[in-house]
Amino acid sequence: MITIEEFGRRLRARQITSAQITDECLQRIDADNPRLNAFIRVTADEARQQARDADREIAAGHDRGPLHGVPISIKDLLDMRGLPTTAASRVREGHVAARDATAIAHLRQAGAVFVGKTNLHEFAFGTTNEDSAFGPARNPHDPSRSPGGSSGGSAASVAAGMALATIGTDTGGSIRIPAAACGLVGLKPSLGEVSIEGVVPLSPTMDHVGPLAQTVADACLVHHALLGDARATLPAPMPLHGLRLAIPRRYFCDLLDVEVRARFDEAIARLRAAGVHIDEIEIHHTAAIAPVYLHIVLSDAAAYHASTLDAVSDRYTPNVRIRLEMGRYVLAEDYVRALAGREVLTREIDAALAQHDALVLPTMPIPAPALGATAVQVGDATEPVRNVMLRLTQPFNVTGHPAISIPSGRTSSGLPCAMQLVGCRMQTDALLKVALACEPQITPESPRSGNVGG
Amino acid sequence: MTIDAWLKAAVEDAERRGLPALKPLLEALARATAALRAADFNDRADR
Repeated sequence: MITIEEFGRRLRARQITSAQITDECLQRIDADNPRLNAFIRVTADEARQQARDADREIAAGHDRGPLHGVPISIKDLLDMRGLPTTAASRVREGHVAARDATAIAHLRQAGAVFVGKTNLHEFAFGTTNEDSAFGPARNPHDPSRSPGGSSGGSAASVAAGMALATIGTDTGGSIRIPAAACGLVGLKPSLGEVSIEGVVPLSPTMDHVGPLAQTVADACLVHHALLGDARATLPAPMPLHGLRLAIPRRYFCDLLDVEVRARFDEAIARLRAAGVHIDEIEIHHTAAIAPVYLHIVLSDAAAYHASTLDAVSDRYTPNVRIRLEMGRYVLAEDYVRALAGREVLTREIDAALAQHDALVLPTMPIPAPALGATAVQVGDATEPVRNVMLRLTQPFNVTGHPAISIPSGRTSSGLPCAMQLVGCRMQTDALLKVALACEPQITPESPRSGNVGG
Repeated sequence: MTIDAWLKAAVEDAERRGLPALKPLLEALARATAALRAADFNDRADR
């Protein structure tokens, strides 16, 4: 599928219209959604009307910026006025959003065209998208596999050419994990940067809203629109020569599938050959990452869901219900310990970045897992799928540092692999400049060849 | 509250509530809590 950048060039050269690209996306949805289950709701009529309005505005000389007329899908966790926000749960039956989430209002102002709301792991509380009231979303690269989660339907929609970009949320990796599983770029901005108002929460102090897109440039354009900065243009990439990256090998590279490791090492070699200076560093207290994350997310989620767990527990999918119940047993003293650990881990990542432009590490230790798998073999270890998928992304939800996942090649069976760049807190734009520079070295194939739609 | 005492009480409560499937998850949470309490960043009143 055409990128947002290329669509914008052709739109302004009068070589394509929003109506044409929107129709193309809707045709892909008609053709492929029955097997991929990426969408919970398709808003075809509204999208066609928005596209016609966008074309009329362009013809009249009213250009809203890079997202003008761009078909985008939205994770069904964000409020869109007049539509249900299901969170992929029967718990929310009957809900209709009275107004747009702030992020959606910003996209609407930027001229985006909304093709529909996408499937997710129920209440964003899972990494595979299997536990959904609407059934699992499937990976376009191999429909027997998970598209990742929780923004799995979002990722599948872009990878299959049903939208040019999508909006996800990320509490432990829910943008970056599906981006990695589906061969896309996924950006978790710095904590607090993009509004989460109007988004069904999982853990409000770790929830982030961000884009999944085909390229870093597209992710950058959507990110700025989410901020309300619709007319922002792309920044210049940072020069590769003089760029300083750091690999935290211990913990972050300990547990990796052999092909994920190979693709990571190859990308590092290409970056070094291009002139990037890459150090190996140590990050301390990594043993605390998962316990800190777990105690915070369980407590926050249990607080939000307590009354519905008591009143309508049968409306949750069984796996999500039981994990939410677990949070009701966390002791206050342990939650406070987790908050203390969060401060320590944040300082550790700050220190690791003090002499570097970004950290570089894999996104997900494994390729997309088979649907139904609960454990996975990684080297000599058998690990729970959920723990493995979260392992390398959740640290930066705990600390709030911005992180972007970029495709780094494929396994011998064609499944995408990916690596992350992590930047300084509240410096997402600086991270994006690094990512723009590094993407050609990290991704050894054209962004468009990652698309498997049609 | 020690982790052993907490886990025993939590499992009993889950079974009383008809949620036996919680037991392995509570055991996993107990292991995570033990790791959290063992971290060197925790303050103690006696030091």
